[in-house]
Amino acid sequence: MSAAAAEPLLALEGVHTHIGPYHILHGVDLAVAKGRITMLLGRNGAGKTTTLRTVMGLWQASAGAIHFDGRNIAGLATPDVARLDIAYVPESMGIFSDLTVRENLFLAARKGPLDSARLDWIFGFMPALKTFWLQRAGLLSGGQKQMLSIARAMVEPRRLLLVDEPSKGLAPVIIQNLIVAFKALRAEGVTILLVEQNFNFASMVGDTVAVMDNGRVVHAGVMADLIADEALQARLLGLSLDSHQ
Amino acid sequence: MSTTTPIAPATVEDLPAAPRDWMPLLLIPILILLALPLVGSFPTWATLTIAGLAMGLIIFLVASGLTLVFGLMDVMNFGHGIFVALGAFVGVTTISALGGWTASSSFALNLAAIGCAGLAAAVVAGTVGVLFERIVVRPVYGLHLKQILVTMGGMIVAEQVILALWGPEARPMMRPASLQGSFIFADIAVEKFRLLAVCLGLTIFAAMSLLLNRTKLGLLIRAGVQDREMVEAMGYRVRFLFIGVFAAGSALAGLGGTMFGLYQEMVTTAIGAQMMVLIFIVIIIGGLGSVGGCFVGALLVGLASNYIGFVAPKVNLFSSILLMVLILLWRPQGLFPVAKR
Repeated sequence: MSAAAAEPLLALEGVHTHIGPYHILHGVDLAVAKGRITMLLGRNGAGKTTTLRTVMGLWQASAGAIHFDGRNIAGLATPDVARLDIAYVPESMGIFSDLTVRENLFLAARKGPLDSARLDWIFGFMPALKTFWLQRAGLLSGGQKQMLSIARAMVEPRRLLLVDEPSKGLAPVIIQNLIVAFKALRAEGVTILLVEQNFNFASMVGDTVAVMDNGRVVHAGVMADLIADEALQARLLGLSLDSHQ
Repeated sequence: MSTTTPIAPATVEDLPAAPRDWMPLLLIPILILLALPLVGSFPTWATLTIAGLAMGLIIFLVASGLTLVFGLMDVMNFGHGIFVALGAFVGVTTISALGGWTASSSFALNLAAIGCAGLAAAVVAGTVGVLFERIVVRPVYGLHLKQILVTMGGMIVAEQVILALWGPEARPMMRPASLQGSFIFADIAVEKFRLLAVCLGLTIFAAMSLLLNRTKLGLLIRAGVQDREMVEAMGYRVRFLFIGVFAAGSALAGLGGTMFGLYQEMVTTAIGAQMMVLIFIVIIIGGLGSVGGCFVGALLVGLASNYIGFVAPKVNLFSSILLMVLILLWRPQGLFPVAKR
């Protein structure tokens, strides 16, 4: 797969972000190829979540440019970013606990009523959401809540999905379902930027990879190359694929 | 993927409904039944019950907007009472201007006079609410201590403006002719105006429940109360929701001010400040941000205040605080806590 050669849908150029007095991103350069799954890896505190939040406008970039489909979206308000068909799944999942599963998905369908065929497609990956359709989302298990947060991002066709640590705390069987769901979205033409700590998961789903450290991207390339090069893994991530198997 | 359906997919059948928390609702009948032996006389108990429900529903009108403002905007608006006072004064002015309608023996004209007064109060309070949010509240979003100081300051300034416009004297607010006096059924005296207050309060509660539970706008408000950031990340402009909720909350407070003025048959500039303590007790009892909790809390406060005022008048001053303490011992987050991110 010539992932590295694909045209970028999202490109960050020299992005700096400050949160209060703290300088978190120190000139992030990142290209997310159109129609591919890009994994954003790195240790805790490397700036991965800040990168996603900066793209969404939840924290404003203090310098640099964020190009989405050729347009600089740095400085746009969060709702305006979302209206470009960019969906965001935060690490906290951001589900509305007092609303039912149905109501959560209903709100996510911003453009109109829920599409029953698309819901059936989603239920194929996440059957628990069908079972608990009228339950309050706060009563779901952690894995089901994660499913719901991802389903909200899938309920209408989007161009770009930003997903923050989707596999965190999930059982292997649910992670398998997530992998199938992300691959199905890619097949639909959706571009995905996934923040992940679980290299095993990342290696199974990612086409391209970027590794962050200290608020910068220190490596970008094809995932297959990183999987094949254990020395590079050890240098960039301080681990090898074997240590996670 | 071309077929669409409103909310429910065709493939979902016989799914379990979400469980409801009925326990707090049971407090209302329990309180009513407990009061019967304490009051002793059935007609007196029935009269007090209706008076308590009327008082509770008027408090609900005023408090429901504030609880949403608290929940959605995370704003501690200690100046909410000013919309009550403004509503009461606009109401008294409108009722005075419609003297012909209020003096008429026609129930329809009397009702129209109250309707006009309530509408004028709601429009003026809602408009001032938008300005208050823009000028006073917006600069201090996220700064709780400053919110308390600034909104209290705003209330003091607005009270002085009311004093300048309407003067310092207390103003009598006469109820329209056909709403004066009481109905008597089997020795139970029921004030006509209190029945109207009960009907209006229940109608507003039903309308708010429908809005919050059956419309996308309502779902957005409830979602925004829980996680404002996520609502924005889904493409909705929460800023406009804020302004709308603040204006609606202020308008409801204005309507409540008119009704409270008619309830007391007297309006003073301190009417808003008087109600603030009760309003805060109600929204804390109900759970910050919960309209259903606010409704139950308001009814409990109204009923307890009337029963205890009759049975042990000296304790009445503390009745609402005592009720709040007991409920918070049972449910520290209030009767219907809203899950926040």
